[in-house]
Amino acid sequence: MSREIRLQTPLTDEAVTPLRAGDRVLLNGTVYTARDAAHKRLIALMDDNQPLPFDLKGAVIYYVGPAPAPPGKPIGSAGPTTSYRMDPFAPRLIAAGLKGMIGKGNRSSEVIEAIRRYKAVYFGAIGGTGALIAKSIVSSEIIAYEDLGPEAIRRIEVRDLPLFVINDTVGGDLYQEGMKRYAQAP
Amino acid sequence: MREIPVSEVTETVARLCVEANTDLGADVEEAFRRMKETEVSPTGKEVLDLLLKNARIAREERMPICQDTGLAVVFIDVGQDVHFTGGDLEGAIHEGVRRGYEKGYLRKSTCHPFTRKNLGDNTPAIIHTHIVPGDRVRITVEPKGGGSENMSRVVMLAPAEGVEGIKAYILQRVRESGSNPCPPIVVGVGIGGTFERAALLAKKATLRPIGTENPDPELAALEAELLEKINQIGIGPGGLGGKTTALAVHIEMMPCHIASLPLAVNIQCHAGRHKEAVL
Ligand code: SF4
Repeated sequence: MSREIRLQTPLTDEAVTPLRAGDRVLLNGTVYTARDAAHKRLIALMDDNQPLPFDLKGAVIYYVGPAPAPPGKPIGSAGPTTSYRMDPFAPRLIAAGLKGMIGKGNRSSEVIEAIRRYKAVYFGAIGGTGALIAKSIVSSEIIAYEDLGPEAIRRIEVRDLPLFVINDTVGGDLYQEGMKRYAQAP
Repeated sequence: MREIPVSEVTETVARLCVEANTDLGADVEEAFRRMKETEVSPTGKEVLDLLLKNARIAREERMPICQDTGLAVVFIDVGQDVHFTGGDLEGAIHEGVRRGYEKGYLRKSTCHPFTRKNLGDNTPAIIHTHIVPGDRVRITVEPKGGGSENMSRVVMLAPAEGVEGIKAYILQRVRESGSNPCPPIVVGVGIGGTFERAALLAKKATLRPIGTENPDPELAALEAELLEKINQIGIGPGGLGGKTTALAVHIEMMPCHIASLPLAVNIQCHAGRHKEAVL
């Protein structure tokens, strides 16, 4: 059985380096949400040497566009979106200090290389379990790009958010390894 | 002639949008349970349990099963003896989507293709109208998420590629989709017709309840063969490895032009959401 590890954000090199593809993680602390449109704007700010709406150092970005919060709840359904759409932007952010990404689906070789080189981690959440994941989110606040609606950047606080390590600092890849282990066809 | 006020259509569509997004079909949950028995990966079993737990929370708390509450695909079969009163039918459907997505705290996901500006009310709905005999109206709402829709394709095969070419294309599509479309998936396949009809057949195929047999024995055999092969690829629940990559393969077929062999593969994620009502 895979290991279960509790982590607290912001993430450090020391916290990220021992993680291995297949480890199960319970994540705690502050996490920022961003999808394609927000990433495009973050990169534009970096191009212009402008400050970003949050500190990238040790930060974790969750690729999610949550459903609206029903009365009495901090957030609506909030599962991961498909990560490859953020691949063109992620290596720049990782080089600038981003330590963790949460999403679903395979990453490009450029992202996987950046994860190894700068000591970061890609966590997988189980796509389509948004109602369940919302239970681990205790607060949510829009901090930038409100005009993007569900794609705005939010600061969320998570308690024991259940994740799997997909890509680690030594080139491990749970999607590839998992598929290989159970493939019966050539 | 039977008169139906379009306001009834609006109310029904609004209700179905919320129900479809919060109350997963019994056939899907049953399939999760059944596949758990045959799943060999411990992580895969665990993921199937999470899907069952998620569906339960969604139903009890009226939360969307998935935050991507989709574009609202609406199939409406209109009996030819029906006369709609009090407004236009398509406008009434869009209004139903607008209300359902607002009242149900569902995510609004329609945007301008170039600027990507969110339109804010999840309209327009994608409407497929069909005129049928009788004086009834059947409305089906199928919220369709972006992750699995993005993995779908239409291809015009050469007729000589035949059924072997069809099988190879479908298997390749599932393999390349990997973990992106939130497996375990339902593979909707449309064969024949024209370019656009093949796509519609594939989408309709995703509506068939899981566990029901294709009435055409040849297609039923093809579905079983493809399901077995797909579940040998290894992608597994959540893409973390395992046997349960697909819950079902559903095929719809119709005649095509002597020069062509249209094939559409519409991937449906495990959040196989659809609800229907008859007026
Ligand atoms: S593919 Fe389906 S389950 Fe996955 S995020 Fe999209 S709508 Fe949700």
